[in-house]
Amino acid sequence: MVESKLAPNPSAGKKGGLKAILSQAGVPIFFTILCVASIIVTDLDLNYLIGELVTRLGRNLFLVLSLLIPVTAGLGLNFGIVVGAMAGQISLIIITFMQVKGLFGFILAMAISVPLASLFGWIVGAIYNKAKGREMITGMIMGFFANGLYQLVFLMLIGTLIPVNMESEIAQAIMLGNGRGLRNTIDLDRIYYALDNVFARMFNWNGIIWTDKLGPWRVPLGAFFMIALLCVIVTFLMKTKKGQDFRAIGQDMAIAEVSGIKVDKVRITAVIYSTVLAAWGQLIFLQNLGSLNTFNAHEQVGMFSVAALLVGGASVKRASIWNAIVGVLLFHTLFVVSPLAGQKLFGEPQIGEWFRQLISYSVIAAALAMHAIQSKKK
Amino acid sequence: MIKMENEETIQQKTRFDIAAALREFGVARIIILAFLLLLFVLALAKGLDVPGLITDSLVRVGMNGVLILAMLPSVVCGVGMNFGLPLGILAGLLGGILSINMNIAGWAGFFVALAIAVPIAIVVGVLYHMVLDKVRGQEMMVGTYLAYAAVFGMCICWMLFPIKNPKLIFAVGGKGLRYTISLTDTFGKVLNNFLKFRIGGITVPTGLILFWFLLCLLMYLFLRSKTGLAMKATGSNPVYAMSSGVNVAGMKRVGVVLSTVLGAVGIIAFAQSYGFLQLYNAPQTAAFPAIAAILIGGASLRKASVANVIIGAFLFQTLLTVALPVTQAMLESTEISEIARVLISNGMILYALTRATGGR
Repeated sequence: MVESKLAPNPSAGKKGGLKAILSQAGVPIFFTILCVASIIVTDLDLNYLIGELVTRLGRNLFLVLSLLIPVTAGLGLNFGIVVGAMAGQISLIIITFMQVKGLFGFILAMAISVPLASLFGWIVGAIYNKAKGREMITGMIMGFFANGLYQLVFLMLIGTLIPVNMESEIAQAIMLGNGRGLRNTIDLDRIYYALDNVFARMFNWNGIIWTDKLGPWRVPLGAFFMIALLCVIVTFLMKTKKGQDFRAIGQDMAIAEVSGIKVDKVRITAVIYSTVLAAWGQLIFLQNLGSLNTFNAHEQVGMFSVAALLVGGASVKRASIWNAIVGVLLFHTLFVVSPLAGQKLFGEPQIGEWFRQLISYSVIAAALAMHAIQSKKK
Repeated sequence: MIKMENEETIQQKTRFDIAAALREFGVARIIILAFLLLLFVLALAKGLDVPGLITDSLVRVGMNGVLILAMLPSVVCGVGMNFGLPLGILAGLLGGILSINMNIAGWAGFFVALAIAVPIAIVVGVLYHMVLDKVRGQEMMVGTYLAYAAVFGMCICWMLFPIKNPKLIFAVGGKGLRYTISLTDTFGKVLNNFLKFRIGGITVPTGLILFWFLLCLLMYLFLRSKTGLAMKATGSNPVYAMSSGVNVAGMKRVGVVLSTVLGAVGIIAFAQSYGFLQLYNAPQTAAFPAIAAILIGGASLRKASVANVIIGAFLFQTLLTVALPVTQAMLESTEISEIARVLISNGMILYALTRATGGR
């Protein structure tokens, strides 16, 4: 494992050239070709595409970045970030009940989600420690299981075990008519764009005209600011003692244990970081979307984020910030163009959607297979 | 090791007959059984149609039984739970469609569907094993996503399928197979109606249950044959198996192929009872309930038996069937039973995953 980390492909190192590039960047190159081909086929308006991509980058990148730390710590792709996303949604539901608005509401939601997500992350990490070597499948099933608990709380217990004043206006707006359970969609207009255009509003207060428009595109500067901050912090974290521990465990758990690192504890820390970041990522995602699909918004978070990271050229053992950025751009280009391409080529937009799903699942399967093959060769 | 355990239980059985028997049965199963009995008592108290519930339960046990049995060979040969079950199911659906397209009614249609599906499933199983063999240690995850990819790949195929039979394709547009295809005119309910009888308000789908039991019996005999024993040895101790001259890779191939074939047969049995073939993304998550059922029956990721399949099918499927109407009558809400299904099935899988070596 150490060997593969230091010199990913010894023979390619000598020859340099095509093989090394393909083994490192084969997947992103393939997807770039695919995206360019679909754009040409569909004759897509590039202005529209760039606008969409800028929005989606702001919306999704933070979530994808939340996967990096567990990869470094050798836990693989943390499909359990679904649980973090749930923590984010729970805090959103709480602040909606409190009727807090704007940036303050958003920051309050971030604050509430920290203890929640930390607790969830601790539980998830403890379970991962009991399932070493099977973290990814465990994370996936954990997402399904946690979804059941989430539904139990927000469909059954709220309004029955958890008292709600049904007289209040807010309860009328987000609870189901019979006083038990939340509605399927909750309007988030109180925190809509709370983060995205925070700078625009700030500067307007001072009388300086500032828009969040850059040419024809709306740019979610606030989200980009958070993402940049996260990138800096993650880069810095990796240089500290904690980051070294993560990497040591990621390379070889047994050696790390011998050299005095408390492996289980550090692994849990990595999962807690990831879960809290996922909660914030989901908050960023939802403040951009403006409405909460109460019982489905979190379901696909793990799969989409993992697929995006892998499309960007990451592997189960190695992932960087650049993988995340490239991955989100390529994966979401496909999101935009695939229904159009399906319509154009087969007269059926659904076929494009299926094709996109086919290749995103294939990418995940292939990446996991490569990981298994490489760790067997060791 | 296993022998010693057996001797121990036998000894204890002579002393504490009931306690040992209970331990053998497992705590989780006792809890679920108790819960099930409670549900039946509640159903009686609420004046629900209990014989009707039992009828529905028998049908659901029978129609899911073969899919649950499909988990057995893959566990026994050491590959773990077959999260790639949808691959077999897709082969079965293909067989079903081609059979319907030939307009063969009744039993003949059923067997033609099987005759087409099984060879396809064998090929799929062999290919699937080639992948699994290379990804040892990640079989479950690779299997899951390979199957997901295959399901959506087949979605495209169903839409572009070169068949013009109006019974199979969308009413408008003139192309693309329907989302659900009715089996009323072909092999719908052939197993269910075979030797069907009524006793005290309960309708017993004899043929369906017999078909499942027959396959279980065949599997039981197979696992005691020479090949079956070699497969068991491969699963429980590959190094030992290899040193005693067993072709380990070959045995795993047999296990994976059997599992895939049972997936194909299972979906045809399921569909004939349900009355419809469900295409497109319907098979995507089909592996999870089957896995949950065999785990509830007492299996682990490393060890499973025909008894686990039968107990699991009865407990899990009866629970699912009875929980819905009872909770609906009690709480005037259908959600709780759906939530219970999600929690029980995924909770069982999660629990099994956290057992390091498997076992009870």
